[in-house]
Amino acid sequence: MKILVCISQVPDTSTKIVLKNNDTSVNGDGVTYIINPYDEWYALVRAIELKEKGIASDIHLITVGKANVEPVIRKALSLGGDEAIRIDADSNDAYETAGYIAAYAAQVGYDLILCGKESIDYNNGITGTMLAGMLDMDYIGFATDIQVEAGVAVVKREVEGGEETDQCNLPLVISCQKGIAEARIPNMRGIMAARTRPLKVVEPSKIAALTAILSYELPPAKAGIKMISPDDMDQLVDLLHTEARVI
Amino acid sequence: MSVIVLVEHTGGIIKKKNFEAVQYAAQIAKKTATTLTAVVLGNATNAEMEGLGAYGAQKVLHVADTRLNDLHARAYCKALLAAAEKEKSKIIITLHDISGRTVAPRVAVQLKAGIVAGALSIPDLEKGFVIKKAVFSGKAFAYVNILSDVKVIMLMPNAFPAVKAEGKAVVEQLAVSFDEKDFGVKVKSIDKVTGEVSLADAELVVSGGRGMKGPENWGILEDLAKELGAATACSRPVADSHWRPHHEHVGQTGGTVRPNLYIAVGISGAIQHLAGVNGSKTIVVINKDPEAPFFKAANYGIVGDAMEVLPRLTAAVRKFKEQHK
Ligand SMILES: Cc1cc2nc3c(=O)[nH]c(=O)nc-3n(C[C@H](O)[C@H](O)[C@H](O)COP(=O)(O)OP(=O)(O)OC[C@H]3O[C@@H](n4cnc5c(N)ncnc54)[C@H](O)[C@@H]3O)c2cc1C
Ligand SMILES: Nc1ncnc2c1ncn2[C@@H]1O[C@H](COP(=O)(O)O)[C@@H](O)[C@H]1O
Repeated sequence: MKILVCISQVPDTSTKIVLKNNDTSVNGDGVTYIINPYDEWYALVRAIELKEKGIASDIHLITVGKANVEPVIRKALSLGGDEAIRIDADSNDAYETAGYIAAYAAQVGYDLILCGKESIDYNNGITGTMLAGMLDMDYIGFATDIQVEAGVAVVKREVEGGEETDQCNLPLVISCQKGIAEARIPNMRGIMAARTRPLKVVEPSKIAALTAILSYELPPAKAGIKMISPDDMDQLVDLLHTEARVI
Repeated sequence: MSVIVLVEHTGGIIKKKNFEAVQYAAQIAKKTATTLTAVVLGNATNAEMEGLGAYGAQKVLHVADTRLNDLHARAYCKALLAAAEKEKSKIIITLHDISGRTVAPRVAVQLKAGIVAGALSIPDLEKGFVIKKAVFSGKAFAYVNILSDVKVIMLMPNAFPAVKAEGKAVVEQLAVSFDEKDFGVKVKSIDKVTGEVSLADAELVVSGGRGMKGPENWGILEDLAKELGAATACSRPVADSHWRPHHEHVGQTGGTVRPNLYIAVGISGAIQHLAGVNGSKTIVVINKDPEAPFFKAANYGIVGDAMEVLPRLTAAVRKFKEQHK
């Protein structure tokens, strides 16, 4: 069984967002980048577990990004995975990103494609569904558990107001969230091994973006906090009612 | 040329966030000088569907196949595409929630439509078709222009008010022929969380962190939640220590909430926690440490011991409810 794990690079959560060029772009200077946590902790680690159990034969990692994303994809490889593919394009549009990945995936043919629930930079959570649509594959989103046996996946997923257990024949696209696996830390052996694993750079296919970000805006500063005495909860309730109007 | 909006229901009950979506879609229909058609899948009563007229839908297309009571990406996509074709629709709207995120991107792929996920505003038509959305977990907003002819929008729940007016929608049945493949994902079992307020949709949330000291103290937090009719949430270490169930964990690696009121009790306010809650309209922080970083993100702050403050707040809410009956 061949698994493709989609890895995106995102700014570390503690990054302070600074805008530039008249608020039309985000300043990347001094920003630390990490593997999108949902991709790393859940999708990638679960793929590695499936390989350790002898269920998966090959794990490929794929990312869409320019050369500056290579350190992050190397880090992902040091956790596990047999090879990495970088599609050499800078995309801010999910249709474009998914299109590149789908074009590559269609050539190789994967039984299982795992991605994260959402990327913590643009918070879309749509790339996985798009991939399934483009590749005419089944899709299960918001998964919290993945078991695979004899070409059949049994997946737990979050649904409105509860949890559901689904069964589906492979091939399948799954978006992963908390619960699927526990975080792992790369060890020295993994880091050394990752250096020798191939990182293929692929030219993007021709796809035009369907959206464009025109500008950014920072949220207005909080209007200052009101401190309330711990002995006067009536005042808090009153403010929540008359001022904040939330109760 | 109607705008179409997907209206979900759980066991026949249409939740408020769907009325928000209908109203949002109705405003877009008005702005683009057309009408609004809502699409309802699976079991639903006529009265409920007609009732969508009160939020601005002129018409409802009902695909009555009962298999659609469960979420199936392919089948939902097919149904929405059929509706879009019938209405010659150029604008398709869903919520940015589990169902919306499962179906809308697939519809967008089929129609080669640009998509905005987590929309916070009505499109501005002056510079194209520009919609505001939150990015970097609420640390910034982006204005996204949809370039394609057909547009798909996923509206963020609790970002747009649903105000009920008069009006009745006309219900029409829509026949869609599904095949085996559309139901390739088989539902084996469903485990509904019943009785509690679902966290993702909650308008009020009471959340506890490590400052609650242990699971045995959660009773006083639940008392407050019950008095308010709020959902309960927690920080990550609390879920990791199994003091609370995992689905309550909010933040960068857990769930995201955007309630009207978020009360954080004994939570320090780490950036990873804030990433999941900073879309909340009003934040109240109860912490014994006046230096806790959460106070910087709060509207109201109380420096005090949770064990003492919580019961007092619960009593104050009870008193308030008595007076405002
Ligand atoms: C990659 C990554 C992802 C993460 N994702 C998440 C996430 O999704 N969600 C999340 O929550 N965290 C996440 N974290 C962890 C996060 O950084 C913090 O460690 C965590 O949020 C702290 O939880 P806490 O506030 O409950 O505990 P603490 O930081 O221990 O804070 C406890 C607070 O309670 C107060 N307190 C103590 N006693 C009392 C009392 N009697 N009354 C009132 N107040 C009291 C203290 O003053 C303190 O402020 C993540 C971390 C990393 C590195
Ligand atoms: N540039 C990218 N390269 C590879 N995978 C990506 C990229 N962007 C998003 N993904 C995958 O799609 C998931 C959802 O991302 P998004 O739709 O951007 O929120 C992520 O968790 C990744 O698994």
